[in-house]
Amino acid sequence: MKLAAAAGGGLFLGFNWSDTNAAPVVVDANQIAAGAVKFNSYLSIGSDNIITIVSPNPEIGQGIKTAFPMVVAEELDADWKLVKTVQGKLDNAQFERQVTGGSGAVPHSWERLRKAGATARYLLVNAAATKWGVPVLEITTADSKLSHKASGKSASYGEFAEAAGKLTAPTDIKLKDEKTFKLIGQSVRNVDNKNIATGKPLFGLDFYREGMLFAIIQRPKAFGFKLKSVDSAAAKAMPGIVDVVTFENSVAVVGKSTWQCKKAREALKIEYEKAADLESSEDHNRIFSNLMDNGEATVRRKNGDVEAAFKSAAKVIKSEYQCPFLPHSPLEPMNFFAHVREDGVELVGPTQTPDRARGEAAKITGFPPEKITVEITRQGGGFGRRLSADFAIEAVHVSKLVKAPVKVIWTREDDMTGGTYRPAVRYRFEAALDKNGEMIGYKLRGVGINSGNPTREDNFPSGSVDNLLIDSVEHKSAITTGPWRAPITNFLAYAEQSFIDEVAEAAGKDPVEFRLALLEKAKKSPAGEVKYDVDRMIAVIRLAAEKSNWGKKKGVFQGFSVYFSHRSYVAQVGEVVVEKGKPTLKNVIAAVDCGIVINKSGSLQQVRGGVVDGLGHAMFGNMTFKGGTPDQSNFNGFRLIRMNEIPEVDVHFVENGISPTGLGEPALPPAGGAVANAFYKATKQRLRNQPFINEEAFKGIS
Amino acid sequence: MASFKLTINNRAYSADVEGDTPLLWVLRDNLGLVGTKYGCGIAQCGACTVHLDGKAVRSCVLPVSAVGKAKVTTIEGLSEKGDHPVQKAWDEVDVAQCGYCQAGQIMTAAAFLKEKPKPTDEEIVGAMSGNLCRCGTYHRIREAVKVAASKTN
Repeated sequence: MKLAAAAGGGLFLGFNWSDTNAAPVVVDANQIAAGAVKFNSYLSIGSDNIITIVSPNPEIGQGIKTAFPMVVAEELDADWKLVKTVQGKLDNAQFERQVTGGSGAVPHSWERLRKAGATARYLLVNAAATKWGVPVLEITTADSKLSHKASGKSASYGEFAEAAGKLTAPTDIKLKDEKTFKLIGQSVRNVDNKNIATGKPLFGLDFYREGMLFAIIQRPKAFGFKLKSVDSAAAKAMPGIVDVVTFENSVAVVGKSTWQCKKAREALKIEYEKAADLESSEDHNRIFSNLMDNGEATVRRKNGDVEAAFKSAAKVIKSEYQCPFLPHSPLEPMNFFAHVREDGVELVGPTQTPDRARGEAAKITGFPPEKITVEITRQGGGFGRRLSADFAIEAVHVSKLVKAPVKVIWTREDDMTGGTYRPAVRYRFEAALDKNGEMIGYKLRGVGINSGNPTREDNFPSGSVDNLLIDSVEHKSAITTGPWRAPITNFLAYAEQSFIDEVAEAAGKDPVEFRLALLEKAKKSPAGEVKYDVDRMIAVIRLAAEKSNWGKKKGVFQGFSVYFSHRSYVAQVGEVVVEKGKPTLKNVIAAVDCGIVINKSGSLQQVRGGVVDGLGHAMFGNMTFKGGTPDQSNFNGFRLIRMNEIPEVDVHFVENGISPTGLGEPALPPAGGAVANAFYKATKQRLRNQPFINEEAFKGIS
Repeated sequence: MASFKLTINNRAYSADVEGDTPLLWVLRDNLGLVGTKYGCGIAQCGACTVHLDGKAVRSCVLPVSAVGKAKVTTIEGLSEKGDHPVQKAWDEVDVAQCGYCQAGQIMTAAAFLKEKPKPTDEEIVGAMSGNLCRCGTYHRIREAVKVAASKTN
């Protein structure tokens, strides 16, 4: 415990802007420290009663910059109106995990954040008890105030901040009983609402620095190409261009404005040569079909005797499902600022993994990590794309080569054709039913293109089927892939939940009852290890069925889906009605168990947004290739869902008081299945491939 | 390179750029008005929406040479204190997730409500469907436009 040094520190949020017309959103560490006591890495309290809470993890739209400080403020009994939230710089010695990915931040930091708040509260109470000469236990706290009822004494936190800061922090701290939470569970508005609505420079693309150069990079136009030769004479002669530099397979046009660089890039004369197969989408279809039957499979999970079960089956159901590659399309394209100096490196920009950016910069420049700073800007979406460091690596290369501060900017076309896609995958599901309609055997084979493991072998229905085999085959391609919001499960959940529907129908059972029976079986006599909480899964199924009035609505075709991912449980019901002979998706009802809901407003929108995202990409998302080159390069060719295409989304949370889990991803996976199953009920046509819009069953409908 | 005189948010600016430079990049790279966002560059997403004489336009496809004497309003100049009814409604409804598209959404909504102060739900959806939100905040955008309309009247 120490007083924050008033000197040094620099900017917390590094927006620096040479034009005085812009009002930069700058939180200066000195400003915070002026009369403020730093209690721990998360919070400081000023004599003016302002509490500053640092949110260390990257904000990409998941609401963490609001939710994390809420947790600290809850245990502190802080008055939320007096809380200022700032984005922390990369400092993983203090914060450990500064990543936005896998919906993992909340489960990782829940205890840490609570302890940070509770410790500061403890110290304030002790400081007041000493000063007032009253027992610690008689002091109560609320709204950033300390009170002692018997003596009538009261004071603000600010008045005791300095005294409390001199006390020794306890090693063990008692946390609140969750039932007494006041702030957690409320609807708290996004802390950056005002800045967003008034156009303040918040995002990576908004970061400007005096003397900064811009860089637009030409990357190989096809996956499988490598750079052979560059003629940059014409580009260099164009207005505003400072230099053209080459590194690895990239050619960077460096200049004084984005537009000038973009135009000069068109004047580059580049020759490429083939370094790997230049694949087209037709090749992928052939590869899928070949590997499905003949590929060398890696077994992911095996229970019982699958072959015997299928031999003895009264009925066998078999289906295949396929999805294409997808770009992430965050609305803010990739960009990054780097300044490789004589004495170190400064990095600023939108990254979900600031530590990875630093590690890569260290490798390129030879500087040790402590000579490299990383400031994290607000990010215009991520969806997994900013888990990669490629754009940061580029900025470091270019800055090093031109010896100047540089911001690399990707155009939308660069962003969409630049790879790191959601991998294309094909699944084959097989189910064996006995004469009573019980699922006695289950097989899943996933064939993926650069997908790693395209299955999630321990997810439902694993554990509920005695004889089960899940395996996968991988095809290596020059087309680059990476995590895309709810990796793998973003498509697998739809395929599996649609197939389960097929099986339920073949068994002559209600889709909800069929799922519940499987889960009861997983509970009573599990087949192998069960790595999800059966009761929590049952609870969301029942809640979704109840809230949607499952099976009892006239003229409404309902489809069911449930999925466990990223430690949270989500069930969804899609509702289709037939209007003027056309099936129309009207509603999606979602039941969600993410444990304790931290911010009701943020969580509600996170679920709605997840459903819209899952549905939109299932319906329209399609990335195809010809000779290694993507066919789609902007939103005119690649269709994103729009306001006139969304259903109503009704969200219900399970209240069970369990420690919170993430919500950035789990609402997305079940969306496609709920909708496809409802569509089937209305039309008797299965949608087995994404995008739905290209399916035969869909032609002439949308 | 030529010098262009522009009236933006009721202030006079001048920019030395090539005439084909889109207004978007003049605002961002030359004038420090970065509230107007780049999303696609081909008028598909609406993130770059500004007002030209009160009408919503896509600044990413508007060459600076075509602006002429028209008055430009950007998100920074929509209101002096950030209290335009649409801006207030966006906060009240807590619309933003990542927030990147919202300046464009707000500018589209503000121009729309000026033309149609009492829109129907269908009209709102029609007016706002040209703006993409990758996070999927469409329900709240729709709601916020309704709230703004109710407060303006």
